[in-house]
Amino acid sequence: MGNFAANEGLSIFVILVWLGINVFLFVHFYMAFLVDRYYYTRVILGQALSWARAPAACLNFNCMLILLPVCRNLLSFLRGSIQCCSRTAARQLDRNLTFHKLVAYMIALHTAIHIIAHLFNFERFMDSQLMINSSYLPYVLSQIGNNDNRSYLNPIRSNETNPTIVMFTTIAGLTGVVITLALILIITSSMEVIRRSYFEVFWFTHHLFIVFFIGLVLHGVGRIVRGQTVESVNVHNPNECHSHFETWGQNNSCPVPVFAGNPPMTWKWVVGPMFLYVCERLVRFYRSQQKVVITKVVMHPSKTLELQMKKKGFKMEVGQYVFIQCPSISQLEWHPFTLTSAPEEDHLSVHIRIVGDWTQALYTACGGDKTVVLDAWTLPKMAIDGPFGTASEDVFRYEVVMLVGAGIGVTPFASVLKSVWYKHVQENNVFTKKIYFYWLCPETQAFEWFADLLQSLERQMTEKNMSDFLSYNIYLTRWKDAEAAHLRVQYEAEDDPITGLKQKTRYGKPNWDNEFSAIATQHPGSKIGVFLCGPTALATALGKQCISHKESGTEFIFNKENF
Amino acid sequence: MGKIEWAMWANEQALAAGLIYATGGIVGVAGQFRSWQFAAFGIAAGVFVCLLEYPRSKRGKGTSVERTGQYCFTVCVKAFGPLTRNYYVRAFLHAALCVPGGFMLATVLGCVCLAIASLIYLSAAIHGEHWEPILPRTEPPKRTGESIKEPPQNPPPRPPPELRRKKVDNLETAAYDNPMSVTINE
Repeated sequence: MGNFAANEGLSIFVILVWLGINVFLFVHFYMAFLVDRYYYTRVILGQALSWARAPAACLNFNCMLILLPVCRNLLSFLRGSIQCCSRTAARQLDRNLTFHKLVAYMIALHTAIHIIAHLFNFERFMDSQLMINSSYLPYVLSQIGNNDNRSYLNPIRSNETNPTIVMFTTIAGLTGVVITLALILIITSSMEVIRRSYFEVFWFTHHLFIVFFIGLVLHGVGRIVRGQTVESVNVHNPNECHSHFETWGQNNSCPVPVFAGNPPMTWKWVVGPMFLYVCERLVRFYRSQQKVVITKVVMHPSKTLELQMKKKGFKMEVGQYVFIQCPSISQLEWHPFTLTSAPEEDHLSVHIRIVGDWTQALYTACGGDKTVVLDAWTLPKMAIDGPFGTASEDVFRYEVVMLVGAGIGVTPFASVLKSVWYKHVQENNVFTKKIYFYWLCPETQAFEWFADLLQSLERQMTEKNMSDFLSYNIYLTRWKDAEAAHLRVQYEAEDDPITGLKQKTRYGKPNWDNEFSAIATQHPGSKIGVFLCGPTALATALGKQCISHKESGTEFIFNKENF
Repeated sequence: MGKIEWAMWANEQALAAGLIYATGGIVGVAGQFRSWQFAAFGIAAGVFVCLLEYPRSKRGKGTSVERTGQYCFTVCVKAFGPLTRNYYVRAFLHAALCVPGGFMLATVLGCVCLAIASLIYLSAAIHGEHWEPILPRTEPPKRTGESIKEPPQNPPPRPPPELRRKKVDNLETAAYDNPMSVTINE
C-alpha cells in the first residue's frame, strides 16, 4: 500500500480537488438562481433554470482548464522549475494528457445536462406564450416588455414561432448548436481507434476547438438569461406581489417588474488560458523557424531510419522528445519522436520507424530507396519543435534504476545509456550506481542498431573495469522453431549469436515477479526508479509489481512514457 | 490525409448520433413536449441506428478491434446482406432517418449529427469501402504433417552405448551428430 501512495498519491489528490471544485461550483450556482431576482423566471421555468445554470458554471471552469495541459512548452518550463523542489510534483506533469481527457469527459457530461435543461426551458417559455389567458401568470409575465423590447422576461417574444426556429434565430441558440456540434465531432474523432490509426483525422478535427472557443465566448452575448433588476426588486417584492399579478402597475405597492439579462461571464474564465495557448503556438512556430540541417541519414534493417541533425542553440536532456515537421511532405503535420542522442553529443539524432504515410514519405525524401549517396543540399528541409520533457529525465535522480523498453520503445533509453557513458567518462561520481536494463523485442532484426550501441558500451565498460554497472537482459518474445533449433546448437558459443553481446538473449517474456524480488533483495532500503516505454498492458503489469514489491524496505517508483 | 478508412470515423459518429437522437427523444417524450411524436420517432430511430452501428466493420488493412459483445450484433447485421454491406445504402438510410428529427428542438442535435455521419458514410462509399463482419477465426487444429498419422510408440533402434559413443579419434565414422559436446573421458 505504501508504494501505491508514493506512486499515485499526488494524482489522486489532484483529481479529488478538481472534482471538489466542480461539485462546489455546481451547487453554488444552483443555489444562486434560487433567489428572489429569479422568482418570476422560475415561475415559468421551474427548477430547469438552475439545472441549466449550474452545469454552465462547471463548463466555464472546465473549459478554462482544458487548454492548460496541452501547452507543452509551458509545462516543460514548469517541470524544469519544480524539478529542483519535488520529483513527485514534476512527475505529475507527465500525466497531462490523462488530465486533458478527464476534463474533456466532464465537459461532455455538463454539456449534456445543460442541453437537456435548456430543452425544458425552451419548451416552458414557448408554453407560456401559447397559453393565452390573462389569468395565467406565465402568460402575463411573457407579455411584459412588449412595448420597449428591453425589459422583457421571456426571450420568446411571439406565439407564432416554435422552439426550433427560436433556437436558430438567437445568438445563444445558434452558437450553442455550433459549439455542441464541434464538441461532438472532436470527441468522435478522438476515440482511441481513430486516433491510433488515422492521427491526421484526429489532429485536424481537433482544431475545431477554435470554433468551440469562439462560439463559447459569444454564447452569452445575447443575454438570454433574464432576471428582475435589483431596482425593480426593491420596489416590487416578488414574494408579496406574485399573487396580485392581475393588478400590477395599477396601485403603488406593485409596479410592473422590470427584467434584464445577465452579462456574459465566460470570457472572464477562458481569456487567460486562451492567451497562454496562443503564446504556446507562437513559441512552437518561432522554434520551428529555426534552421535545422540534416548531417547524416542511416538506414537500419526492420524499416528504421536514423536522422542526425544539427540545430543552433539546441539543448536537450536525456530521453526527451521533439516534434518534427517536413514542409516538403506536409505543411501542417508535426510528428513526435524520441531523441536517441545524448546531451553530450554535438548533434541530435532520432530513429524513426517507417509505419505510415508521413514516415514513408520521409524515407523517400531522404533517399531511402536510392542506392547512390545523396548530396547534403538535396536533403529536405526540416523543422523541429522541442525538446519536451518526459519521465526519462529523472533517471539520474535515482541511485538504482530499472529501464524497460519494448520494441521501438527502447529509443529513449538509447539516449540514457549513451549519456550515462559520457557522464562516467567526464566525471567520476555520478549519483546513479546501477542500471538494470530490459529490452523486449519481437524480432531479431530490430536488434541491429541498438545492439551496436550496447556492444560499444559493453566494451568501454570492461575497459574501465565497470562491467557490473549496467546489467542488461534482452528478451526475444517471438521466435520460429527453426531459429530456436539453430540457437540451441550455438548454445555454448561465447557471444550471443543474435546480438554478439556477452550476455545471452533470453526467450519469451521476463518473469517480473522474480526480477523485482531479486532487485529488491540486492538493494535494500533504497528508492528504485522503474522507467517504461512500451504498451499499456506492460505498464499495468509493471505498475502492479511496483506497488506490490516492498521487501527489504525498497520502494519502486513507476514512470511511464508514451505518446 | 492518407489512406484513411472513412467508414471507421463514420461509424463512431453514427453511433454517437444514435445515442444523442435517442436521448433527445426520451427527453421529448418524458417531458411531454409539443410534437412529442417526433421525439418518439427519434427514440426508435436512435435505437435502430445504435443497433446497426454497434458492430464494427473489419478493417481493410490492419487489425480490427471489436466492441465488447458485438458478435451477436454482427450476425444480425450480416443477415441483411447487401443492404448493410453497402455504404451508399447506409448513407441514404441515415439521411432519411434524420429528417423527422429536424422538426422538434429536442431531436435537432441528433438530426444534425446523423446527417454528418451520413455524409462521412457517403465519402466512405465513394472511396469504395464496404462493411465486412468480424468473425471469430476457427483455428485449424495443429497438423503435424500429412504423412504422420500417429506418433511412434517406441524409440528408434540404436546401437548399444559403447558403439554410440563418439570416438575422439574417429569422428567421421560416428553414428550421428551430437549437439552437446562430449568429453573425452566419460
